[in-house]
Amino acid sequence: MSEVKKIATRDSYGNALVELGKEHDDLVVLDADLAAATKTGTFKKAFPERHIDCGIAECNMMGIAAGIAAAGKVPFASSFAMFAAGRAFEQVRNSIGYPHLNVKIGATHAGISVGEDGATHQCNEDIALMRTIPGMVVINPSDDVEAKAAVKAAYEHQGPVYLRFGRLAAPVINDRPDYKFELGRGIVLREGKDLTIVATGLMVSESLAAAEMLAAEGIDAKVINIHTIKPLDEELIVAAARETGKVVTVEEHSVIGGLGSAVCDALCAKHPVPVLKIGVQDVYGESGPAVQLLEKYGLDAKGIFQSIKNWY
Amino acid sequence: MTTLELQKIANEVRKDIVTAVHAAKAGHPGGSLSAADIFTYLYFEEMNVDPKDPKKADRDRFVLSKGHTAPGYYSVLAEKGFFPREDLKTLRHLGSYLQGHPDMKHIPGVDMSSGSLGQGISAAVGMALTAKLYGQDYRVYTLLGDGEIQEGQVWEAAMFAGARKLDNLVVIVDNNDLQIDGRIGDVCSPYPIDQKFEAFNFHVIRVQDGNDFDQLRAAFQEARGVKDMPCAIIAKTVKGKGVSYMEDQAGWHGKAPNDEEYKIAMEELEKAGEALCQK
Repeated sequence: MSEVKKIATRDSYGNALVELGKEHDDLVVLDADLAAATKTGTFKKAFPERHIDCGIAECNMMGIAAGIAAAGKVPFASSFAMFAAGRAFEQVRNSIGYPHLNVKIGATHAGISVGEDGATHQCNEDIALMRTIPGMVVINPSDDVEAKAAVKAAYEHQGPVYLRFGRLAAPVINDRPDYKFELGRGIVLREGKDLTIVATGLMVSESLAAAEMLAAEGIDAKVINIHTIKPLDEELIVAAARETGKVVTVEEHSVIGGLGSAVCDALCAKHPVPVLKIGVQDVYGESGPAVQLLEKYGLDAKGIFQSIKNWY
Repeated sequence: MTTLELQKIANEVRKDIVTAVHAAKAGHPGGSLSAADIFTYLYFEEMNVDPKDPKKADRDRFVLSKGHTAPGYYSVLAEKGFFPREDLKTLRHLGSYLQGHPDMKHIPGVDMSSGSLGQGISAAVGMALTAKLYGQDYRVYTLLGDGEIQEGQVWEAAMFAGARKLDNLVVIVDNNDLQIDGRIGDVCSPYPIDQKFEAFNFHVIRVQDGNDFDQLRAAFQEARGVKDMPCAIIAKTVKGKGVSYMEDQAGWHGKAPNDEEYKIAMEELEKAGEALCQK
């Protein structure tokens, strides 16, 4: 296999902010002492006056973002997923979600691929938390191309948006002329008739590779990239369930409350089929190199392939 | 506006507070009444607002961080003309736009939804910061309870405001000394409040009687002259002020008067209003 370009989606976030910042004077970036890690430091270099470091105080940062939005500007509040969605959950719910303010939350370092920092910093619950907030859009892009498009779409959307990014460099899989990001619309990346793999974020490229391994075993898997978990592209998922009769969800997130749960919610109501939820199985992560962690928790292509093969 | 005129308005606001809470059969009269004079001063003397154009860009902003005292806030907004006074009787009723806590999406004149304690001050800081970033000259006011400042987020916000020298921000603490579980000093003392804000690089203004318009006037005028620092006005008030049996009673923090109690309260406030008319 030829060498694929890899870029962490947190880098995409920083770069996209700079591009948007050039066009839009009303864009303000907030961070909580993690600008070097969330990559908003890139924006800070370009637009120092519109980069506000709130210090290590994420709850206050979310409130400040609410105030900036209430005053008519467009804040991107940035931190690790653990603190943006976890620590500041109630601020996001009450100060941003309830008044439906135009705040964008850029959450980096999501999932176990945070790596060496270990369980305290590996947020596997953020999708679950954020999708319970009425009116919140939840996006988990799969690569650099999609992440940059998602940041732009988030800016253009009127209302709160949660953007989930990763620390680990992810293979660029969407670099093609016909790629188009539409909020709330899934993308079929591979056709197949035996089952459908619905994946999000970093798990999309791993799932594509897993589908190739399944093909070698005679299992023909359709692969759908769900970059927007809320609002979910139910139509596409239900149609795929009708076609293939079996669905597998793959996410670098707890199997409780995330993509898997969202897909099951839709299928239960509209077309129940057996669903296998691949993700973090109600456990905490641990320290280790990201790639080794993904392997240990069954979230690399081989692990995904094995889980599906055992279940199919 | 003269002090007497302000006193008359505040008395009407108090009547509306008691009436709204009575009609709702729930709500928070104690802290609404302690802050009635602060609300009145802000909306009738201090702030640049226009009830005919509630969202005008250059308006001064107010965030009620102690959002449970919505009855006081709504009463002064109605008195100012943002919405009809008779609507106050729909407070907390199913289908009413007058939600139990301030809702910016549906209530004319409300600049920020609030109610979960400790959060409003951060939004106010965000508004003040935006004015600084974009060269706008509006001012931002936020009212906090003295129990509310037990929330850690208040101090995150204060640290930021002090560090950024937000001199267009005025934080007012309604120091009525009571919270749900009793005296604030007994529950978990936030005293000395003034020194805490000073330590966070605020210009602190102490108001001995926050139910006295002359003292409030002096404080807000002093705040206008402060440069390169946010202001904190620590106003000592009486919880339940104006209704004899509610005054300085923690039990009236979040309880509605029954019909008999309502009658007594209104009689007292009518009498107070008549006395002001004799002046």
